[in-house]
Amino acid sequence: MTGSAMLAAQANGFLSPSGVEIAFLLVGIATLGAAVVTVTTKQLVHAALWLVLALGGLAVEYLLLTAEFIAWVQVLIYVGSVVVLLLFGLMLTKAPIGRSPDADSANRWPAIGVAVAAAAALVWVVVDAFRTTWIDLRGAPQGSTKVSGEILFRHWVLPFEALSVLLLAALVGAIVLSRRKKEER
Amino acid sequence: MHLVYPAVLAALLFCVGLYGVLARRNAILVLMSVELMLNAVNLNLVAFDVWLRDTLHAGQALTLFTIAIAAAEIGIGLAIVLQVYRNRGTADVDRLRDLDEDAHRPDPERADREEKAEAAA
Repeated sequence: MTGSAMLAAQANGFLSPSGVEIAFLLVGIATLGAAVVTVTTKQLVHAALWLVLALGGLAVEYLLLTAEFIAWVQVLIYVGSVVVLLLFGLMLTKAPIGRSPDADSANRWPAIGVAVAAAAALVWVVVDAFRTTWIDLRGAPQGSTKVSGEILFRHWVLPFEALSVLLLAALVGAIVLSRRKKEER
Repeated sequence: MHLVYPAVLAALLFCVGLYGVLARRNAILVLMSVELMLNAVNLNLVAFDVWLRDTLHAGQALTLFTIAIAAAEIGIGLAIVLQVYRNRGTADVDRLRDLDEDAHRPDPERADREEKAEAAA
C-alpha cells in the first residue's frame, strides 16, 4: 500500500465515521436483515417480497459507492424482472399461501453451522486484510452512465456481444423447456 | 469510506445465501438464495473497482455481466423447476432422490424387466 493511502486510512479512523459510511452501515443492516428474513421466513411469497427489499438495499449501496449505472441496472433487472419471475414460479408451482411448516429441510442445523463457520472465516480474513484500506469517493463518479457506456463499448464489446448471444440462447432454452409437448395437450 | 464495510457486508450476505441454499426445501427458495450469493459477489466487484480506480473498470463490467448471467440462470432454473413440478407434482429438492442407491436396491421386478430388455436387445 502506498504511503498516502496509509495516511488517509489513519486520518479516517473507525471511531469517527463519515456521513456516507453511516448511511452505508444503516442501509447495510437493513439489507442484511431483509436477506436473513428471506431465507428464514415460512411464508414463500413473503420470502420473494423480502428479497425485493434486500436487492433494493444493495442498489442503494451501489449508489453510495458512486456506481450509478449498476444501481439502476440492479433495480431494473433484479427488482423488476427476476423477482417477478420468481413470483410467477411460485404461483405456477402452486406454492401455499400462508405459513408452510416444511419450508426448511432437515439439515437446517448443519446449514447454520456451515454458514456461521464460513461467515466467521470470511469476515476474519477480510477485516484482517483490508483493515486500513480507504476508498476515495471524491471526484467524478466512477460508475456514471457515460463512463459505463464508454468502457462497455470501447473495451468490453466482444464479451458484451457474446453475452447477448448467451441471453438469447437462455431465452430460447427456457421456452423450449417450459413448453408442453403436443400429446400432453 | 473504508473498504471493510462493503467487504464485510458482502461476506455476510454470501453466508446468508449459503445458509438458504443448504437449508431450504422448496427449489424456488433455493434459487432466491443463489441470487443473494450472486449479489454479494457483485457488491465485492463494485467496491473493489471503485477502490482500485481501474481505467478499464473491469469490476463494473463484470458486475453487469454477472447480472445478465444471473437473469439467464433464473430463467432456465425456473423452467427446469416448472418441468420437475409438472412431472413429479412437487418442487421440494429433498424429494427428488432418484439417484439415491438405497431407494432402488431391493426391487427384483425392475431387475427382471431390465434383464428382459437386455435379452431383447
